[in-house]
Amino acid sequence: MQEQATAIDETVEKGPLVIGSTRAPEHMSETKMSSKNVEAYFGKSQALFGISLDIPTNSVVAIIGPSGCGKSTYLRCLNRMHEVAGGSRKGSIILDGEDVDSYDPVVLRRRVGMVFQKPNPFPTMSIFDNVAAGLRLNGTTKKKALEEIVERSLRQAALFDEVKDILDRSGVSLSGGQQQRLCIARALAVDPEVILMDEPASALDPIATAKIEELIQELKKNYTIVIVTHNMQQAARVSNLTAFFYLGKLIEFDETERLFTSPQKKQTEDYITGRFG
Amino acid sequence: MKAGYSKLHYWRKSKSAITTALCVFSALVAVVPLFLIFFYSLSQGIGALNLDFFIKMPKPVGESGGGMANAIVGTAILLGLGSLFGLPVSIMAGIYLAEHKHGTFATIVRFLTDVLSGVPSIVVGVVAYIIVVLPMKRFSALAGGVALGILMIPTATRTTEEMLLLVPQSIREAALALGIARWKVTLRVILPTALRGIMTGILLALARAAGETAPLLFTALGNRFWSTDIGQPIAALSVFVYDYAKAPFSDWNRQAWAAAFVLIFLITVINVTFRFVTRGRYAGTGNGH
Repeated sequence: MQEQATAIDETVEKGPLVIGSTRAPEHMSETKMSSKNVEAYFGKSQALFGISLDIPTNSVVAIIGPSGCGKSTYLRCLNRMHEVAGGSRKGSIILDGEDVDSYDPVVLRRRVGMVFQKPNPFPTMSIFDNVAAGLRLNGTTKKKALEEIVERSLRQAALFDEVKDILDRSGVSLSGGQQQRLCIARALAVDPEVILMDEPASALDPIATAKIEELIQELKKNYTIVIVTHNMQQAARVSNLTAFFYLGKLIEFDETERLFTSPQKKQTEDYITGRFG
Repeated sequence: MKAGYSKLHYWRKSKSAITTALCVFSALVAVVPLFLIFFYSLSQGIGALNLDFFIKMPKPVGESGGGMANAIVGTAILLGLGSLFGLPVSIMAGIYLAEHKHGTFATIVRFLTDVLSGVPSIVVGVVAYIIVVLPMKRFSALAGGVALGILMIPTATRTTEEMLLLVPQSIREAALALGIARWKVTLRVILPTALRGIMTGILLALARAAGETAPLLFTALGNRFWSTDIGQPIAALSVFVYDYAKAPFSDWNRQAWAAAFVLIFLITVINVTFRFVTRGRYAGTGNGH
């Protein structure tokens, strides 16, 4: 709770940001991102139908559902990566009160970072350069500053101790689990506010998965996290809120515990009890 | 027959063995011509291969000995000029084609590049003759360079495009998701990842150009004297081979063989060196071979 405390101190000092009281805001009281009636298309085929969802600040929101239900597509709408693959979207997505379409996608993606399903470090870059890539390619050249940020990011991603002596080695020389943490460090280095994770542990073994999950717990103190997962136990372990998607529709969205113990919709219950999907 | 192994099993095994044998045989047939050319030109030209061959100038008709230092340097200059004219255009066109792969303009450019690769090199020589030699009113290395540059474009462009497209989409997405602008993603992330493959393509184009003779005959012309002036006619190994091979002197014929060998050898050396250099720190991670 150390970070929490400092965060409050800062807010107190800055004063006007606090509305109502100087007490710590209840977890999940503020909305970081929200979507209203989001519909996504690949050409003419519709992948998402009217998704409305609020993502609270400093929370972990898990999106579960069977393959092809649109979870990844939804995630990629949030940082406008959906359009990179040639998709289109209707409905609005809001980040801190502003429509994501009003942002330059380059700026948006610096604030809303992404970790992909398969670890994808840049093959021509060293471990150091991989983490520094986002900053360096956006114009930061000060060596000292880069070194500090790289170390901080690698520490946050719980990778620093394993790679501190081999920072000049290729990023792809690491194991799968390490590569994925490298990708998380790379995403953290540009200091995003929201981190989108698209099945970040699906290609990893249980030990590496546990590390990533621990990491998510750590990261949610400072970041807002949206994680897509196939693994319901994982959703139950790491998230505060869970959304269940089915056939491109949002079926149910609730606090994780409630969704898993007393789902309101039959489809949700069928899915989490393993009757389909 | 072993227990449980049916006749069918042995039939399948022999089919597999026959197919493998055919593949190995074909692979050998594919590389045999290279070795034949290599060793035959060596055996025919070895008599003329000595230090003089590399550092001396051609001797006047009737005198034996001498070398083709001017032609070696000339070929290097012609290739340099060709690269200067051809490669920047090729690489940038390749990037354009890879970035806009479905655009109408890209489709047209791609088709025309393929057509250009089928144009006989002598026709390209004529083009260089008209656009460079005629206005300058003389044959020159410059004209030769233009001809070779045009000849390099199709191979270099299409390889650049194909190598860029081989870079996994996930790498591009990773970079875009970091909030890096698209042009930087292409130049700083995608291009370096594909560099090794692109280099291979460029080398192929270069090797092709190094051996071209026809387009040089009425552009660079050839030169029996030392010249590094790009505004003047210049010697080239390929032209040298052409001139000396049809000469009625056995000494010259030997030198032609030697020149052919040197040409092949130089291309091989350039190839190996470039591959070694571009192997870089992280070999085997890109999409090179």
